Amino acid sequence: MSEVKEKLYTVSIEVNGERREAQVTARLTLVDFLRDTLRLTGTHAGCEHGICGACSVLLDGLPVRSCLMYAVQADGCTITTIEGLAQKDGTPGALQDAFCEAHATQCGYCTPGMIVAAHALLETNAAPGEQEIREAIGGNLCRCTGYQQIVDAIKLAAAKRRGGSAA
Amino acid sequence: MKAAPFEYARPASLAEACGLLAAHGPDAKLIAGGQSLVPMMAMRLARPAWLIDIGRLAELQRIAVPADLPADEDGIFVVGAGVRQCVMERDPLPRASLPLLARALRWVGHAQTRNRGTIGGSIVHGDVSAEIALVACVLDAVLELRDTAGVTEVPAREFFLAPMITSIAPEQCLTEIRFPVWRDPGKNAARGCAFDEVSVRHGDFALVSACAQVVVDADGRCLRAELGIGGVASVPLALPEIGAQLIGLSLSEQTIDEAAAAAAKLLDPEGDLHATADYRRHLARVLVERVLRVAKADAMSKTRVAA
Repeated sequence: MSEVKEKLYTVSIEVNGERREAQVTARLTLVDFLRDTLRLTGTHAGCEHGICGACSVLLDGLPVRSCLMYAVQADGCTITTIEGLAQKDGTPGALQDAFCEAHATQCGYCTPGMIVAAHALLETNAAPGEQEIREAIGGNLCRCTGYQQIVDAIKLAAAKRRGGSAA
Repeated sequence: MKAAPFEYARPASLAEACGLLAAHGPDAKLIAGGQSLVPMMAMRLARPAWLIDIGRLAELQRIAVPADLPADEDGIFVVGAGVRQCVMERDPLPRASLPLLARALRWVGHAQTRNRGTIGGSIVHGDVSAEIALVACVLDAVLELRDTAGVTEVPAREFFLAPMITSIAPEQCLTEIRFPVWRDPGKNAARGCAFDEVSVRHGDFALVSACAQVVVDADGRCLRAELGIGGVASVPLALPEIGAQLIGLSLSEQTIDEAAAAAAKLLDPEGDLHATADYRRHLARVLVERVLRVAKADAMSKTRVAA
């Protein structure tokens, strides 16, 4: 078997505050770049065609599906993955804590995408209502929780960020 | 779920992009947001040899609103093809001048896909259930297409030919969409609009969608109306003949019911795995009723404020 030689492109992408350069094929998706090239496996590859939301990352601050773009398209951009949402010392961030506290993870496959989507919501809306929370995670599928605990976790995190109680 | 190999170019100008399209012809595809093209390439339903990235071209990012709305003619709201859906969604200008598009946008995919997807990309993709395409047809927008030879204008109502097939040539790039902004309805009348759809889950492709824009006076009499239905034909369907029949009539429940029945009668939808033909026709009738009712109420609430 002869291997097909594919052209390589240089990309320079800031990931979780660190500038990362690599040579990639044009068809390498951003999610595969993060997982396979950078070994940042917190971002999950689910459906790989834009339905499930498990691969959500922040692109220049906005949540996007990393399976729906190629790494070459992110050249020069800033990416934050689930790893970048932990605290500086690697311990869980407020949202991650809230997901544990409210039992919002079961199998955990959707969790990184859910937290990225929730983070983006709380950055622009400190006190979202239930409907706004459901809208914000509307593009993320969960097959375990029935969503209620996830909604509860986001409410809890929002309250904690505001410095109040969850009620 | 991995795309076949391709080569990638990110031209610095629209002229350069058109040059690349001319050089590679049907072997090349333009990509901006890629929210429909990337999954198609993942499933290998699309296999371009070249991908030309126009997502960062400033020339495609124009949003221009008519400064003063003339009383005797419609204005034009220009949207660059590369404007991302999230930008239009957050911009207060479209909400004021182009409320129908603003209302349609919340039905387009999810927040995550609207952060990448563009207004023009959704149109050239040519999906029969696409919300932006339906609004372009209903409002009778004009599309500007460019290639190395120059500029061509095509009415949205003539652009769509069949599911995923449009009249755009392989070497052409959609550059802007010119949406008509209806002229000032005058003192005792107001404009209202509505968009609604039914899908399996919110954010999924619509089984059927419908939208309407009307001008009614303080007595509820219809002075102008356009409406259309998505997902029931091989193209997004504007129904100017149904809109024309409403002019001069009081938009009573009975009038709305008759218009919805007449609209449904014109349709010959296809059934598929997701919905039977009969169910689609039923949804079309229900949704036309709903959007006419909501558009009328929207307009009436403004005539009351004006009075």
